[in-house]
Amino acid sequence: MKNKLLFAETADALRDNGMIYVVVAVLLVIFAGIVFYLIRMDRKISKIEDQLKKS
Amino acid sequence: MKNAWKILAVVLLVYTIVAGFLAPVPNLAILRETIRNLFFHVSMWFSMMTLQTISLYHSVRYLGKSDEKNDWVAAESVHVSILFGTLGLITGSIWARYTWGAWWTNDPQLNGAAITMLSYLAYVLLRKSIDDDQKRARISAVYNIFAYVMMVVFIGIIPRLTSVDSLHPGKGGNPGFNIYDLKSNSLRMIFYPAVLGWILLSTWIMTLRIRMKKIEQTLNRYEK
Repeated sequence: MKNKLLFAETADALRDNGMIYVVVAVLLVIFAGIVFYLIRMDRKISKIEDQLKKS
Repeated sequence: MKNAWKILAVVLLVYTIVAGFLAPVPNLAILRETIRNLFFHVSMWFSMMTLQTISLYHSVRYLGKSDEKNDWVAAESVHVSILFGTLGLITGSIWARYTWGAWWTNDPQLNGAAITMLSYLAYVLLRKSIDDDQKRARISAVYNIFAYVMMVVFIGIIPRLTSVDSLHPGKGGNPGFNIYDLKSNSLRMIFYPAVLGWILLSTWIMTLRIRMKKIEQTLNRYEK
C-alpha cells in the first residue's frame, strides 16, 4: 500500500514509454564533451607549465 | 596517481546522470519527478559553498602570511563559485516556474541566494577596482570573510527558521528528502555521490584557473 503511494503514475509512465533513456544518453554525451574539453585544457596547461620550467 | 580524483569526479557524475534519471524516487505531491533536481540543482549550491569555503581558508591564510599564492586561490575559487551559484539560480528558477508558477518569488531561500551571489559579485568588483597587488589582496581577503558570513547566514541559517517560513523543499519546516527516505535511502545513495562528484568537478575547474594564473604571473615576471 505504501509503495503504491510512493511510486505512483509519473515515475512509471516516464519509463514505460522508454523515452527517458534518450535524455540520459543526451546528457551523457554533453557531459562527455565537457569532460573531454576539460582534459584537453588540463593537458595544454601542463604542457605550458613544462615549457616554462625548462626556459 | 595524481589525477585519480579527477577520474573519480567523472565516474561519480556518470553514475549521477544514469541513476539520477533512472532510479525510482519517492513520488511526492507538487515535487513529482522534479525531486530528481536534488542531484543536480542542489549539488550546484554544495559546490559553490565548498569553493567559497576553500576561498575563505586561503583568505584567512593570506592575512596571516601575506603569501600571494593564497590570494590567487581565494580569487579563483570565488570566480568558479559564482559560475556554480549562477547555475544554481537558473536551475532553481526553472524549477520554481513549474512547481510554484513563477520564475522568482520572495521566498527567503531565493532572496538569500540572491544576496549571497551579489555579495560575491561585489568581491570580484572590489578586486577589479584596486590596482595595487598587496592592497587588493589584503582588502579583498578581509571582505571575503564578510561575504562568507553573509553566505552562511542567508543560505544556511535564515531559510531554515520556521518563523520566516520558506517554501523551499527542506527549508522553513518543509520536508527535505530526510523524512521520506529514511527506510529506502534511495535518494541518499545518489545524492551523496552526486554532491561529491560535482564538488570535485568544480574544484578541478578551479585548479585549472589557478594554474593559468600562475603561468600568467610567471610570464609577467619574465617581461619585467
